[in-house]
Amino acid sequence: MKKPELLVTPKSVNHIKALLEAGADAFVIGEQQFGLRLAGEFSIEDVKEATTLIHAAGKKVYVAMNAIFHNDRVPGLAPYMMALEKIGVDAIYYGDPAVVMTKRETGSKIPLHWDAETIATNWFQVNYWGKRGATRAYLARELGIEEIVEIKENADVEIEVQVHGMTCMFQSKRPLLGNYFLYQDKAMEIENRKDARNMYLHDKERNNKYPIYEDLNGTHIYSPADMCIIDELEELFEANVDVFRIEGVLQEEAYVVTVVEQYRKAIDTFFEDEDAYFDMKEQLVKAIEDVQPALRPLDTGFFFKETVY
Amino acid sequence: MAIIEMNDRISSIVDGKRVITKKPELLAPAGNLEKLKIAVHYGADAVFIGGQEFGLRSNAGNFSIEEMHEGVEFAAAYGAKIYVTTNIFAHNDNMDGLEDYLVALEGAGVTGIIVADPLIIETCKVVAPKLEIHLSTQQSLSNWKAVQYWKDEGLHRVVLARETGAEEIKLMKENVDIEIESFVHGAMCIAYSGRCVLSNHMTARDSNRGGCCQSCRWDYDLYAVEDGEEKPLFTEDDDAFAMSPKDLNLIESIPKIIELGIDSLKIEGRMKSIHYIATVVTVYRKVIDAYCADPENFVIRKEWVEELAKCANRETASSFFEGEPSYEQQMFGTHSKQTTYDFCGMVVEYDEATQMVTLQQRNYFKPGDEVEFFGPNMENFTVVVEEIFDEKGNSLDAARHPLEIVRFKCAQKVSPYDMMRKEMR
Repeated sequence: MKKPELLVTPKSVNHIKALLEAGADAFVIGEQQFGLRLAGEFSIEDVKEATTLIHAAGKKVYVAMNAIFHNDRVPGLAPYMMALEKIGVDAIYYGDPAVVMTKRETGSKIPLHWDAETIATNWFQVNYWGKRGATRAYLARELGIEEIVEIKENADVEIEVQVHGMTCMFQSKRPLLGNYFLYQDKAMEIENRKDARNMYLHDKERNNKYPIYEDLNGTHIYSPADMCIIDELEELFEANVDVFRIEGVLQEEAYVVTVVEQYRKAIDTFFEDEDAYFDMKEQLVKAIEDVQPALRPLDTGFFFKETVY
Repeated sequence: MAIIEMNDRISSIVDGKRVITKKPELLAPAGNLEKLKIAVHYGADAVFIGGQEFGLRSNAGNFSIEEMHEGVEFAAAYGAKIYVTTNIFAHNDNMDGLEDYLVALEGAGVTGIIVADPLIIETCKVVAPKLEIHLSTQQSLSNWKAVQYWKDEGLHRVVLARETGAEEIKLMKENVDIEIESFVHGAMCIAYSGRCVLSNHMTARDSNRGGCCQSCRWDYDLYAVEDGEEKPLFTEDDDAFAMSPKDLNLIESIPKIIELGIDSLKIEGRMKSIHYIATVVTVYRKVIDAYCADPENFVIRKEWVEELAKCANRETASSFFEGEPSYEQQMFGTHSKQTTYDFCGMVVEYDEATQMVTLQQRNYFKPGDEVEFFGPNMENFTVVVEEIFDEKGNSLDAARHPLEIVRFKCAQKVSPYDMMRKEMR
């Protein structure tokens, strides 16, 4: 067994400092123009600053180029990739094959991590993208633990899974909030709320609350609960899953710091003494429950939930 | 009309008149063998169907391999092709049986498969190399560089994301030499296809393996959280937040679509009825044929637009093809509308000597009803139904039973597979 990389999506350069303290091994940052659903917005200058900071601590920094690109964004791909290579970021996350093409055309040496969200669902796919230059695959959140383990067993690339936080369950290109306000004839709401991250949809039948917001990439809707499997990590450790991601999107900075601290503790403890990890599970969960926002229940995502079709 | 002037690869001058020589394929859906036959008979150049595995729409009536054989044979007589949707994103468990299935599809004589998962793409190349591979819209293909990627991977055709517009498609066509298939009619995903798992989270049904429960058609209440307080962003009089898109309808854009050189025009709806398929296919057939024969004098006829409305169960819009859709292309409050016509029956035979039509009944009608006949090779006409008889010649007060064979007099000649409908009042 080897210790997994503890990866987190930070909200700001200052947040990165606190997260390094808390024990994060790696960070995914970027900007809306190229990346999807980032916890924070990092300009190329911010990426430079963050990279210096993160590399000084001996940790990894990756940049998201995982948007679904339309023609208008294509001319920007090569310059951005070259800028990232010059800064020296450790890898790029992508979902759109246009990024693979851009890497071929520019001759960039920057490693690629495949991140196509909901459509990364079996081990064949991760090896397929591995053959086309990816060194890591970030799996769909809608997979069960057994599926994850089987993918890892058959994968030629590193496997990353989300262990904590919100997950996106819907992306539309349309501005659905703005459209609703226009329909209601409330143009002022669009002005006031265009960049707001505090709205949710209430599903009365299930009594669920789904966070929703708009950005350059359209409208995004999130899961009603934050997944948390800090007390269920042993199978992932045993399977040698390479990367555990803590998703910081739509969370407070301090909350993400606490969560990273607890997962750091869980990982380090397990690798020192497995029994000690089992003994401290309750305490780990309690530490997260103590900072958990009232509107966000915790669950275990799809780890133990089967889907039918 | 800049597009039209630019593109001369698709037309030539015949007797001083411009005609379109690159006529696009009209591609129709079919959920079962009867629908396939109707689609082909009404003028589809190709039909896409689902098999019993590896396809989305697990609720659609799907084809056995034997039925595919029969469908292929039927279509071949009309010069039409069959494609099979194998567009799930497989989980590890779904891999078993894939090779055998693809070999069987090839054996059934289908022309190609519509695929999203690289697992199925690569497996098909190895075990069923005669099949064309078409990239499904589930891959949300939205830019020309990604189109180039799939071309380099050896795919025959790509189906674009539903979010691509005319200008975007134009650049793709200019930059990459590959067949492009684009939706022209039918229900739409409001999300990027493949990037929506609302069903998984809300009902534990996997949307990317055919379990979509259409959560995007439900109503939701929108709130904002301010200083810990949950504040509704609607009043009692407001319609709820909704994201239900109007159905796609690009009849008015067909000239532009043809001039762009788009290779295949796709009608969505494997779950739809034979009445729907017949109506939509026959209208688009007429539009495409009329435009290609004489583009300079082409106009959209009012009756074509009205005809499409006769089978619509939602309002329609042009979606992304003509630019970013506004809120007016979504439905708030009500998410569907009552269809305006009932499908009453399909013609089995016609006796010219007695002027008696034999009809397989599909919905209630009775003597005195005004009904409309339509078909692939005729102009619509209406008649008033006179006395109705059953198969044994007994007089009926009404045609009440689905699939019952009935006869009545119709002075105007009709043909097998022509359909009869009635306006609902």
